[in-house]
Amino acid sequence: MSGYNYPQRRPDGAALVVAGLLAAFGGVILWDAARLHASGGYAGVGPGDVARWIGYALLGLALWSAVAAFRETPMRLPRQDVPAVLWVAGGLLAQILLLKTVGFTIATALLFAFTARGFGKRNLAMTIPVGIVFSLAVYVVFAGFLKLTLPSGLLEHLFVGK
Amino acid sequence: MEALSFLMQGLSAAMDPMLLLYALIGVTLGTAVGVLPGIGPALTVALLLPVTYGHDPAGSLIMFAGIYYGGMYGGSTTSILLNTPGESASIITALEGNKMARAGRGGPALATAAIGSFIAGLIATLALAFMAPYVVKIALAFGPRDYFALMCLAFITVSSAFGDSARKGLISLFIGLALALVGIDQLTGQARLSFGVPQLLDGIEVTTLAVAMFALGEAFFVAGCRATNDEQVIAVKGSVWMTAQDWARSWKAWLRGTVIGFPIGALPAGGAEIGTFLSYAAEKRLTKHPEEFGKGAIEGVAGPEAANNASAAGTLVPLLTLGLPTSATAAIMLAGFQQFGLQPGPLLFVTSPQLVWSLIASLLIANVMLLVLNLPLIGLWVRLLTIPKPWLYAGIMVFATLGTIGANPSPVELTMLLIFGLMGYLMRVHGYPIAPVVVGLILGPMAEQQLRRALAISQGDVTTLVGSPLSATLLVCAALALIVPMILRMRGRGQVLSQLAADED
Repeated sequence: MSGYNYPQRRPDGAALVVAGLLAAFGGVILWDAARLHASGGYAGVGPGDVARWIGYALLGLALWSAVAAFRETPMRLPRQDVPAVLWVAGGLLAQILLLKTVGFTIATALLFAFTARGFGKRNLAMTIPVGIVFSLAVYVVFAGFLKLTLPSGLLEHLFVGK
Repeated sequence: MEALSFLMQGLSAAMDPMLLLYALIGVTLGTAVGVLPGIGPALTVALLLPVTYGHDPAGSLIMFAGIYYGGMYGGSTTSILLNTPGESASIITALEGNKMARAGRGGPALATAAIGSFIAGLIATLALAFMAPYVVKIALAFGPRDYFALMCLAFITVSSAFGDSARKGLISLFIGLALALVGIDQLTGQARLSFGVPQLLDGIEVTTLAVAMFALGEAFFVAGCRATNDEQVIAVKGSVWMTAQDWARSWKAWLRGTVIGFPIGALPAGGAEIGTFLSYAAEKRLTKHPEEFGKGAIEGVAGPEAANNASAAGTLVPLLTLGLPTSATAAIMLAGFQQFGLQPGPLLFVTSPQLVWSLIASLLIANVMLLVLNLPLIGLWVRLLTIPKPWLYAGIMVFATLGTIGANPSPVELTMLLIFGLMGYLMRVHGYPIAPVVVGLILGPMAEQQLRRALAISQGDVTTLVGSPLSATLLVCAALALIVPMILRMRGRGQVLSQLAADED
């Protein structure tokens, strides 16, 4: 195993983080399962028991990951453009926060423009209007013709009526 | 020959103009998402689930199946012209197909892929129709323990038998199983992992998780990798018609691909990819032109493309007859059935025979539509590949959130979408497979129910789980599927397995 010059060193930090998260998740499940009644019925196995098994399995996998972090050669990760990812995720966050107040069209236009920005179209003054036209069209088709209920705001009332 | 008369009835039902329209929409959408790299049929069906909620169940399911078939056709176009597989079952097609396109033989490559897909889809759908009644008869004898064992086998093959690492596959699977715990227990009505948040009592929606993992995760990932790949679309030069020699070399490969792909899809062996790899290997060994392999051998396109369509049809055998999804798309389709209050399985053939048979018959019709869409209209699809990525992914994000907003515009649901999307992204970056999470979420509660039923029947005696020959055999298979690949990997023979990694479709 040794003798190769890999760009990443052991222990594999990512695998350790995964181990920590799995252990935490498993712990939460065990804690939650402990408060359920042990009503196994005829089966002798109730809802708490199955949850407990999965909790133990997650703890086991956490241990396995921790061991692997020290023993396996970490895989080479693809290089990531973090700001780009944050733009796209930020677009989604903006949509979630604004959806109720400004309606589907404007909130979704922001998601559209921020995503385009994440993929390299930087000019928001151009992409936001494109996004508004696009999401308004989506709104008209899906809320108007396909009867999907979408949150409406000022723009929607202006174009579609109530 | 009862299957034949059922199929004939199905065909006459499927000739209904509305159903034909649904099938047409399905295959068109399917081809489009198959062509576009980064989005596949699993995601598309997940996106459409909320939209079709109030519509006709038969029509919607026909549309979903059309998307599945169409995705298999469309993926080959991208593989051949762009060298980037449109969906994971077309990775192999890129090997020889792109070489053919570079040599100016893109037309025949597209043609052999489309005709091969047609022939394989036709034979495999007929095989589905004739096999289904027999499988249903066998399945009626299945008890809860047999179902539980079958699901264990599916869990293992989907998560850890293929791919880089059993550990990562199992982690993905157990995350899915753990997420499946959230909500009200189906047998006792107790709430698990809901922490007093009322929205969590309903559990985690399959569609939310699937859209987040497949669509958002992929969009984040492509945004993150933006700088690294730029592929050129190769224009189709010359005629799309195949020469007599192309036909002579293709037809055997089509048939072999079908024979290999169908059973692989039908077995709980995870994904259509495996059939394509095996078919490619078979063609390489049997060809009379070994020197052309790696430089654009037509058999290397014809066989795997036939195999992936045949396994798409094969996947429907366990889905319809046992209610057991063996691929991510099938898992989402199962969620589609459940949305309409239908539970696939042997009883479905008794309670709604009309729906099942018109679905199967529609697949035959959809297959013909796909041949028409993909041969004469190929130029139209190629143009899809020229949409600039910023607009494409901005649109994908809008549609991805649209489904959730339409179904349940609560901030909790949308926040889950964002969190699972980021989780899907990080899992992609670190090489954890996505499909096991979704399969775990869907199959987890079903497996738990069967397990507890089996134990209730035996009054808590655990040995009952290996008490029937079938369940014992299935559990042994599951154990082998877990252990054998781990030994292979330890001995440094893991490369083959990681190539077979089932990712999405």
